[in-house]
Amino acid sequence: MSIENSIAGNAVLRFLVRDWGRRSVIGIPYLFLILLASVPFLVVLKISVSETDGIRFQDLMSYADGMIQLKIKLSNYIFLGTDSLYIQTYWSSIKFASLNTIICLLIGYPFAYFMARSPANIRPALLMLVSLPFWTSYLLRVYAWKGLLDDHGVFNNILIWLHVIDDPIKMMHTGFSMTVGMVYAYLPFMILPLYANLVKMDLRLIEAAKDLGATPWQTFWLVTVPLSKNGIIAGAMLVFIPSMGEYVIPELLGGPGTLMIGRVLWDEFFSNNDWAMASAVAVTMVGLILVPLAIFNKYQADSGGVRGI
Amino acid sequence: MSSRFGKAWLLAGYAFLYLPILTLVVFSFNDSKMVTLWGGFTLKWYSVIAHDTEVVDAFLLSLKVALMSASASVLLGTLAAFAMVRYKSFWGRTAFSAHINAPLVVPEVITGLSLLLFFVMCERLFGWPDRGILTIWAGHTSVGMAYAAVVIQSRLLEMDKSLEEAAMDLGCKPAQVFFLVTLPMIAQSLMAAWLLTFTLSLDDVVSTAFLSGPGSTTLPIVILSRARLGLNPTVNAIATITVAVVSIGVFAGSLWLSRQETRRAAEQAAAYREGMGQAVSA
Repeated sequence: MSIENSIAGNAVLRFLVRDWGRRSVIGIPYLFLILLASVPFLVVLKISVSETDGIRFQDLMSYADGMIQLKIKLSNYIFLGTDSLYIQTYWSSIKFASLNTIICLLIGYPFAYFMARSPANIRPALLMLVSLPFWTSYLLRVYAWKGLLDDHGVFNNILIWLHVIDDPIKMMHTGFSMTVGMVYAYLPFMILPLYANLVKMDLRLIEAAKDLGATPWQTFWLVTVPLSKNGIIAGAMLVFIPSMGEYVIPELLGGPGTLMIGRVLWDEFFSNNDWAMASAVAVTMVGLILVPLAIFNKYQADSGGVRGI
Repeated sequence: MSSRFGKAWLLAGYAFLYLPILTLVVFSFNDSKMVTLWGGFTLKWYSVIAHDTEVVDAFLLSLKVALMSASASVLLGTLAAFAMVRYKSFWGRTAFSAHINAPLVVPEVITGLSLLLFFVMCERLFGWPDRGILTIWAGHTSVGMAYAAVVIQSRLLEMDKSLEEAAMDLGCKPAQVFFLVTLPMIAQSLMAAWLLTFTLSLDDVVSTAFLSGPGSTTLPIVILSRARLGLNPTVNAIATITVAVVSIGVFAGSLWLSRQETRRAAEQAAAYREGMGQAVSA
């Protein structure tokens, strides 16, 4: 009996000790992420459907009369789906994020293309110059546009000095200032994956197209662009997804007409103190992000798991 | 496409990326109440921020948080990267990989809100933690470790495993292999990951706003509250100092890297010559 016990005990001990390295390498970061990413999101999910009792959120599950009751309040979500201001905000977020992505692609694709086709010895410097602004504060770079686009800002001052205009043009706190700020902040995120893709491209394919009589434009549209599809998708996702949830740019450069969902969530939480509503907004936001993310993953899987970033 | 057009496009692009930063720097030396109207050269805004206890205290707190969260991020990120690269199958690996990549795409307002509500719940249940440096650290580390994991993971993937195998064949214990072979080989990516997470933490404003409490204001929170009210020359001065520090850091870093490369190439060549010499004499 005691011998059997000690054998069993040894087996358990050996099981625990075996691979302790492997267990802790996986377990420690996993635990940390579950505790600080999954659990908090579940809390948000719970609060978004909880009944409030004064200031406290009630438990979803309760036990009464021998029955387990599950109470879920969906009024926040129903409100989100029917309130015209919220629908407008979601729509406007998608619109601004899409506009930002398209402009970044239009500027960033030729930029990355010329970077990749420049002499090999200056490419590292060109690359460093694109990523350098990334190391300086994002907040300060957005703030810089306030000084440029203000009614008494640098651009208006120059235009008035040149007698192009007599009165300042209203640029700040409009859709224009917000779009400029977003393109400025996210352009490197478009350029870097595109460059990584274009610089690795097999140039013999382009020569082959030329040899077979394609014009430079045909070569570009029929060979280069299709080959860089993965870079385009990676860049578009890196721009589109974070700009959907942007807060700082709409706050500093946007105006009353530039509704963004991230800013509405912030106001719902900090100004209205409506935690349940803020949580419901957060949950729907995650839902909105999952759609482009799923498309991105599908494309990555199709291309044989080529890493876009 | 003509190369002249290409050069013009690149030049215009770089101008777009750098002109705003340049104007920030120029107007930090502006001796005028109007922030965007030139009124002569001055250094007074620098002396103003040096004596501004709100700015100085916030900067010191930011520095402390960034040092702590960058170090924790690299430590946890290294573990996560090893888990992903070296253990091809374990229970919940897909979920693990999703957990690592999620913080990279989830908007910061959501990270901030969810962590805050979680900490509030913990506080109600256990009376701990208060909002402050610890909660900010936790928020920055949960995002930072994801970035660190991605950087270190890509280095581990391209690393030549045969060197580790050789060390093991020659009788090294796993710990010796790690500290004598693996660690020196990934040291550069650890450094890069540390710098990246340090900057991210130093910059972070959105999730910090959710997670900071009274008396724990970081520098970006101070900048945001001033920038909201309009243009402020002290913000320009802070920006100029940031730009200067970053430029010096990046320049020194790239110099160090190229020196390392040269030295490593020389060492490899020397080792190769020596090895050949021994082979010939044997």
